[in-house]
Amino acid sequence: MKKSIKDWFSEWDEDKINLTELTANQGNENLIKEEKKEHNISELVELKQKELSRAGKIYPVLAALLCVVIIYFMLMTVSGLPKFGQADNPTNNEVVERYVEKGMEETGAVNVVAGVILDYRAFDTLGESHVLFTAVIAVFTLLLADKEEKETIEEGQIMKQDNILRNTAIFIVPLTVLFGIYVILNGHLGPGGGFSGGAIIGAAFIIYAMAFGFSGIEKFLTLKTFRIIVLCALLFYSGAKCYSFFCGANELHSIFGPGTPGMILSSGLILPLNIAVGIVVACTMYGFYSIFKRGRI
Amino acid sequence: MSFTVNFPLFMIVLSLMSAAVSSVLPGKVARVITLCLNAVVCTASSILTVYLYAEGPVFYKMGHFPSPWGNELKLTYLGSLFAAIFATVMFLCVLGGKKHINLDIEAKKQNFYYIMIDLIQAALLVFCFTNDIFTGYVFIEICTIASCGILMISQIGRTTLAAVRYMIFSLVGSGLFLLGVVVLYNITGHLLMPQLRETVEALWQSGEYRMPLISSLCLIVSGLAIKSGLFPFQFWMPDTYGYATPASSGILSGLVSKGYIFFLIKIILDVYGSDMFYSSGMNNVLFALGVIGIVTGSGFAIAENNIFRMIAQSSAAQIGYIYMGIGISPTLGIVAALFHIITHAITKPSLFLSASALSDSANGYKKFRNLQGVAKDNKPAGIFFTIGAFSMIGIPFTMGFVSKYLFATAGLGEGSGFKAYTTIIVLAVSTILNTLYFARTVIRIYSKPTGENRIKLTVRNQKPYVTASVMFAIINIGTSLAASPIFYLIERGVSRL
Amino acid sequence: MLEFIWTNRIQCVSVILFAIGFSTLLLHRNLMKKIIGLNIMDTATYLFLTSIGMIEGRLAPIIQNGDTDVSKYVNPLPAGLVLTGIVVSVSVTAVMLALTIRLYKSYHTLNLDEIYLKAQEEQEEEP
Repeated sequence: MKKSIKDWFSEWDEDKINLTELTANQGNENLIKEEKKEHNISELVELKQKELSRAGKIYPVLAALLCVVIIYFMLMTVSGLPKFGQADNPTNNEVVERYVEKGMEETGAVNVVAGVILDYRAFDTLGESHVLFTAVIAVFTLLLADKEEKETIEEGQIMKQDNILRNTAIFIVPLTVLFGIYVILNGHLGPGGGFSGGAIIGAAFIIYAMAFGFSGIEKFLTLKTFRIIVLCALLFYSGAKCYSFFCGANELHSIFGPGTPGMILSSGLILPLNIAVGIVVACTMYGFYSIFKRGRI
Repeated sequence: MSFTVNFPLFMIVLSLMSAAVSSVLPGKVARVITLCLNAVVCTASSILTVYLYAEGPVFYKMGHFPSPWGNELKLTYLGSLFAAIFATVMFLCVLGGKKHINLDIEAKKQNFYYIMIDLIQAALLVFCFTNDIFTGYVFIEICTIASCGILMISQIGRTTLAAVRYMIFSLVGSGLFLLGVVVLYNITGHLLMPQLRETVEALWQSGEYRMPLISSLCLIVSGLAIKSGLFPFQFWMPDTYGYATPASSGILSGLVSKGYIFFLIKIILDVYGSDMFYSSGMNNVLFALGVIGIVTGSGFAIAENNIFRMIAQSSAAQIGYIYMGIGISPTLGIVAALFHIITHAITKPSLFLSASALSDSANGYKKFRNLQGVAKDNKPAGIFFTIGAFSMIGIPFTMGFVSKYLFATAGLGEGSGFKAYTTIIVLAVSTILNTLYFARTVIRIYSKPTGENRIKLTVRNQKPYVTASVMFAIINIGTSLAASPIFYLIERGVSRL
Repeated sequence: MLEFIWTNRIQCVSVILFAIGFSTLLLHRNLMKKIIGLNIMDTATYLFLTSIGMIEGRLAPIIQNGDTDVSKYVNPLPAGLVLTGIVVSVSVTAVMLALTIRLYKSYHTLNLDEIYLKAQEEQEEEP
């Protein structure tokens, strides 16, 4: 773990980044043993490797050519596009007009962007949170360690000696969590929202796990709780949005009105949805870190 | 407005919810949920098809705001017909591939597999129904990650490599697609298809923003073409389909790539309009690439010595047919392409399932020399493989024959002179090539066994597979006999899309 | 044309970045660099998208003092789309990194060509 950034880059240049440092934390000792195994390279393979080094010289040329072609093609396109920053561009049409002028009245959100993504175009955002869910499941499939592979390295051992990290973390973590909660709850009133706030809270968890090991977080976030939290948040999200889409399409009156713009309890479903999204994102960010680091949550 | 029009919303939300619920359930329960979901989607889409056929298209608001402001679904009976077909095929794939899903995936991770299937189902529904191009992009990404998930789930080095290849090409495709959408948004200011259509038409006629318009078309079309595996980008296919669990191969080749193509056809007709698309020259590019794809795909298939890789290479050729159809003409050509989507969606999964059943009988070997005479030990698989192979070759009374006939009519009726000749020649050449490699395989599995020890498999020890294959065969032959009503349905749907 | 390129310089830069990211993703042989290329490509698209929403001299789309005059705020839609895009890009990057770790565990290298060689050897050995 004493590698400087420079070393990392010099290794990348050799096209052989050494991931052992990363994977060793997962306690996969077999890997190192296997790596030491001699590979019997037959003549055929040697021939192929010669070809390979020749191919290695072709790729940069090809890449540069492709790059130039695309740049030329795209610059031609850009030169035909509307001028940058003008008020009479085609994008500033009746759609934007209604978003800005009626957005606060119709959705109750002072932050127009929140109104757009969670009310006008909420279906996109429903899909978006499921993209995150899909990614979590895919990463689980790939990296969730089997029971036999359980880590042998004492967790948190690496960073435990670091006093600076620990003492800073004590101050930073509560503040970051608070700030994240503020950003989530404030999503419909100002800049912020579920995604940004959730990412901030996730970052706080990660810092905590780095400084004090995973055991502290495991007290309240195990794989089981993680799954249940994400499940509840997603079900709530889908259910609430299904209700609101159904009401909208059938011209029914939704029980979630826009309320008084500017109040914390206003703008109908936007606040609860932001909270649900925030929880999913926070759990996901921490989940990614934990599962990349040690193969489980 | 009848209650029936709410079905797509419920189907999509139900798919997303069952994916979420499956994450805490054991694999067996998740499997039942997936099968139920597919059955429900199939039934609901069929009812919706009947309703929409009578009532005409319906614009369904997703929320309280109408079309240029909020998300929207456009319900056409063509879309719901394809949704029903996709759901049926997915049901049969999951049913028939049960044995290998249980063998290839460790028990603890099986529910993840079914989550991915549910998410793909949701994405396919969105491709069939959405009226918003950006929603399309979001669900394309869901589909990409989920299909990568069902590929790499068996955790052998080879499948991971295939998944990486698949992922890289998919990501290149979605990057191009997104850039195309952004350029299109920049010059039109809309993301919903009806408004896009109006603006694009006005821009095309006035000649304003000509270059960005064409380049957005190129970017979107090439993005989706890369994702569905058109000619220069088909190299991930043999690896991908050759090593995944057979149900995954079937779903990927039969449904996912077809979903992208269906969405592409929708974009061509709903966003750009056939006038602009067929005068921009992009159709000729697709035609040429499709033709090259057919010939090279068949050529590579002859060279393969592994049964799964051969079927995969033949997939690349079939994708070529579909793009050739799109390239010919906006009416008959696209109808033929859509019909071929159905043909391929029904034939390819059954071929993959049968091939895996055959290789089970031959102790898991996949090379042709080990498969000699294997049909005698696994009679049902032999029969179903033969039916699938006949359909791919295009022998009468199978769907393959009908779609080749449709391509020929489209080429002769609506292609210009050069295109008509090319279509006919390519159809002839590819039929010969198809016959070469499929007939070779069929003869091989029926010839005299080499005397190796084989596992005898009858109907009794592979019930799920046989059920699924019987269904596939019935649909295949039934559709070929009832080809003219289906052709009429698609034609009417395309003219009103 | 040069004049236009200057006025649309942000979009020009973003398409150049896109091209760099694209060719890195497609043609570089090292998986880590491919992932970096992917991120450059995505970010370039978001830069492009953000630049569409910009209107000179206007405020961010957060209503201030109840003033809902459309000529005071920039276009809110691209910001929403970028938000969606960023989440997608994070998810895809995570999946690619996880795949890379898996692949490294099986083949002990990140160079795709070497991986193909080893995979081919495997294929020749298998039945």
